[in-house]
Amino acid sequence: MKKNNNLLKNIIYIVVAILAMLVLNLFLDSYQVRILNLCFIYIILGLSMNLINGFTGLFSLGHAGFMAIGAYTVAILTMTPEMKEMNFYMKPMLPALINLNAPFLIALLSGGLLAALFGFLIGAPVLKLTDDYLAIATLGFSEIIRVVIVNLQSITNGALGLKGIPQKTNDFIAGRFDIKPSINLLWAGIAAIITIALIRLLMKSSYGKAFKAIREDEIAARSMGINLFKHKVMSFTIGSFLAGIGGGLLAVSLGTIDPTLFKFALTWNIILIVVLGGMGNISGTIISAMVVTIAMEALRFLDESINFGFIQTPALPGLRMVVFSIILMAVVIFKKDNIIKSTLEKARGRYAKN
Amino acid sequence: MLKIDNITMKFGGVVAVNKFSAEIDKGEIVGLIGPNGAGKTTVFNMVTGVYKPTIGDILYAPSGKLQSITNLRPDEIAKIGICRTFQNIRLFKELSVLDNVFIGNHLRLQSGVVSSVLRLPNYTRQEKDMYEKSKYLLEKVGLYDERDEKSFSLPYGKQRRLEIARALATEPKLLLLDEPAAGMNPQETQELMEFIGNIKDEFELTIFLIEHHMEVVMGICERIYVLDHGAHIADGDPIEIQNNPKVIEAYLGVD
Repeated sequence: MKKNNNLLKNIIYIVVAILAMLVLNLFLDSYQVRILNLCFIYIILGLSMNLINGFTGLFSLGHAGFMAIGAYTVAILTMTPEMKEMNFYMKPMLPALINLNAPFLIALLSGGLLAALFGFLIGAPVLKLTDDYLAIATLGFSEIIRVVIVNLQSITNGALGLKGIPQKTNDFIAGRFDIKPSINLLWAGIAAIITIALIRLLMKSSYGKAFKAIREDEIAARSMGINLFKHKVMSFTIGSFLAGIGGGLLAVSLGTIDPTLFKFALTWNIILIVVLGGMGNISGTIISAMVVTIAMEALRFLDESINFGFIQTPALPGLRMVVFSIILMAVVIFKKDNIIKSTLEKARGRYAKN
Repeated sequence: MLKIDNITMKFGGVVAVNKFSAEIDKGEIVGLIGPNGAGKTTVFNMVTGVYKPTIGDILYAPSGKLQSITNLRPDEIAKIGICRTFQNIRLFKELSVLDNVFIGNHLRLQSGVVSSVLRLPNYTRQEKDMYEKSKYLLEKVGLYDERDEKSFSLPYGKQRRLEIARALATEPKLLLLDEPAAGMNPQETQELMEFIGNIKDEFELTIFLIEHHMEVVMGICERIYVLDHGAHIADGDPIEIQNNPKVIEAYLGVD
């Protein structure tokens, strides 16, 4: 009976979350909706990196590369032929790709699957490495993917990027309920819910426990019959798939992508979320993804010139990132990990006492 | 059941194990002793696939015919029924006691990752069995009440027993114990000896163990191999070993 109650509770949570998204979609202005949308995307990305780094203990820095694959796949599959022709003015697009078009859901899944395929192909040789070597190799591969995208001009439009990725991803709802045809939260929101459920179920299963065993002690894990290579590649591939999905959603949310977006800084943002949320901590990652995304917008005033009344500082673009650097350093020095988890536990303890 | 055929392990210029041979029959408890640095753990590492012997062959017959396992990976060796514990305890520290044993079951899981994530009946049935078996094993080693504690928080002796429970979860036929009594007091050592006898009978195990506590080795082993400086210097039953001048020389030294 208890199990059924839990299931029911989860279903209620999900229904409430979806209703909340519909309501928010109506009442928030488009800027706020965009930020909320980004929150969901970063939840997906944070969880996918936590699966690889936090749960399986593989120090991978290749997220931006997999996101790029997802983003470009979605862009190429959803853009209209006219839009593509407008974009490719330097060098025409491959004729086969111009008329290639797919519904959004299929485009998104193809983006994820293609990223997973690359994750699998890259993971197979690279996951023989450990620790820092793995980090360097994955970082290198992520940069290689970016450089390849710059040079595949007839497919990706090179350094010019792709503009005009269609955002009307809400035909289904908008047609029925007369919701303003702006950005729609539903896709990212539902994808985030599915990701949370997927990671929870995965980590609850025997495979998830095997991943954790690998993180704790590789030598013991393989002596207990866990095929290290198979499980590492599995974790890496699932993580890449989710990174591809996140990248695809990001492309749609931004409407414009170019290779500079997928530099290391993007991976760094996700690392920030994972470290703040705690390695191997699902709820921590969700909370920190939202806090970091909102803070990144809320702290924008730091980049502009600030008037203190007696002194006017010049505009310093990038100052808000300094704040995050300081937070990250403080977390690494003082808390190591699980900052949110321990804070939550403390808060709960306080309420329990009263 | 296990036949170690003339194995040699060299690390660069150092010969850790030199032309060691041994044979273990089904149902035996066999000891491997020797002074520190004699190469005992290296032998275990070769049997479990952690190291590949420089020369020589390791043969194993879970039932019937001997087959070479020299080139198998550690996880493949665990699958065919050889499991071990570690001299310097290697638990999954941050995980609960129950999860540690549960993970030992993972290699026998018949479901793929998709049906595990979707919790299809085929998987949940197996998972239930795995948890029940893990709990049974924890009861067996007397750790059932601590099942939700993190494994690193257990005292040393209990960590050792947890390692044995985890190894038993893999359903081994041959169990390798690397200094199971290390760091235990005489009372605990006595309990451990009884415990090893019990699990051997209950799970129909063959046991190969390294130990420094002579009362353990002499008390439960039917046969003993002695290593010194990587070389095999004696074998026989406990009485023979105790009276073997070479063994006394290796342990006590001679003037």
